[in-house]
Amino acid sequence: MGKDQGMLPWKEVPFGLYILEPGNSAQFKTGNWRSMRPELDKEKCVKCGTCYIMCPDMCYDQQDEEGYYLVNLFYCKGCGICAAVCPKGAITMVVEEV
Amino acid sequence: MGKRVAKEVSIAIADAVKLARAEVIAAYPITPQTHIVEHLSELVANGELDAEYITVESEHSAISAALGAVATGARTFTSTSAQGLALMHEILFIAPALRLPVVMVVANRALSAPISIWNDHSDIMAERDIGWIQMWAENGQEAVDLVIQAFRIAEDRNVMFPTIVNIDGFTLSHVIEPIEMPDQEEVDDFLPPFRPKYKLDPRKPLTMGPVGVPEIYFEAKRAQDEAFRNSRRVINRVWKDWANRFGREYHPVETYRTEDAEVVLMIQGSMAETAMTAIDKMREAGKKVGLVRLRVTRPFPVQEFRKAVAGIPVLAVIDRALTIGGVGGPLGTEVRGALYAAARRPRVVNFIAGLGGRDITVEDFEEMADRAAFYRKKRPKEAYEYIGVREV
Repeated sequence: MGKDQGMLPWKEVPFGLYILEPGNSAQFKTGNWRSMRPELDKEKCVKCGTCYIMCPDMCYDQQDEEGYYLVNLFYCKGCGICAAVCPKGAITMVVEEV
Repeated sequence: MGKRVAKEVSIAIADAVKLARAEVIAAYPITPQTHIVEHLSELVANGELDAEYITVESEHSAISAALGAVATGARTFTSTSAQGLALMHEILFIAPALRLPVVMVVANRALSAPISIWNDHSDIMAERDIGWIQMWAENGQEAVDLVIQAFRIAEDRNVMFPTIVNIDGFTLSHVIEPIEMPDQEEVDDFLPPFRPKYKLDPRKPLTMGPVGVPEIYFEAKRAQDEAFRNSRRVINRVWKDWANRFGREYHPVETYRTEDAEVVLMIQGSMAETAMTAIDKMREAGKKVGLVRLRVTRPFPVQEFRKAVAGIPVLAVIDRALTIGGVGGPLGTEVRGALYAAARRPRVVNFIAGLGGRDITVEDFEEMADRAAFYRKKRPKEAYEYIGVREV
């Protein structure tokens, strides 16, 4: 990680560690907290959107042209809720490769 | 020039806060600070001071409300003592880290237990690491001057750190002294309105106090320490300006009759005045005794202090607080730390005196000076000694 991801040297730390730009939490990558990654089996998926509704971080907010829900791995922390709630067992948690 | 009037020091401090045109006061009454905040609430209620007076349910809330107020760009004052200061403890660290320049008068009082409303320095000495500028007054004039100066120092854009003015509970807060109160025009000219670069404003949102993850916390604290150390330049500049305008000088380290002194006493707060009386008496008897005191303990003026005591054989540091199980009183320990790497340094002896409102008399100061003179030739066995405690 470098300066672009907030790894600033102390002389460049903003005054009082203030954040002057509102709404910037979208820039905060939480995907690197993940140890397990959800994987979708399109053979089983019925595009019901349960994963989209239940994801606490709203990571399934995009669909591809066929209508399958896509996980946003920039934010996904790998909690596994989507896999647990999928009515078709179409989502499996797999170990994240380092 | 302002008029010289007889005033209770607490009332004079409240009047100084009015002269500074404080916009928000958030305080909870506690002995011996009470008269300061009572008088401020009267001034606000009578319409003599155009400020919000926030009545709160505790000191934890008082300091929290004060930080919220100052974050919006309002000049903010609070005051407390002892248990009240201790109840503020967790919030006290937040103020300087968020660069929120609230001004607080601490009427120093002993911490419980045994429960005591009387004066010593155990309350403030337990808060040495909070990151506030900490100044000390020994009489009413200094208290008034320092309170007005504190706003200008704290709110300077090159400082932006909260500031404490210490005054001894009762022995200073409740005495009536002749004090020259500056005129409103003089104070207005000295102290510009508070205009912070950043403030909480819904029209221009920003975040104060985000989480400091391990990747940034350390760098943020390093930056805070550096900015705090740099505040000494502004402090000295403000004191110079004050001397030019009002004719009263303030320095980070102040001395009294230290030239050619063989023993120098060191004590913070109002009892330095008793020490001066004792020194005059001892000087008349041919004893070469002087006094040194710190006007500001944070930032600790290491270089000025080393210079002030460089040629002195014995320095007797008198602590009015106890560090139980430590290596000395809080001031004694810091002084030894400040001098350890100095090329020329006095022998430091440390006395604990005046706890929980116990008076330190002229005779006590004479006894300490005599003991210190004895230790010039013979190293003391103990890291610190007690003065004025009954042995039998």
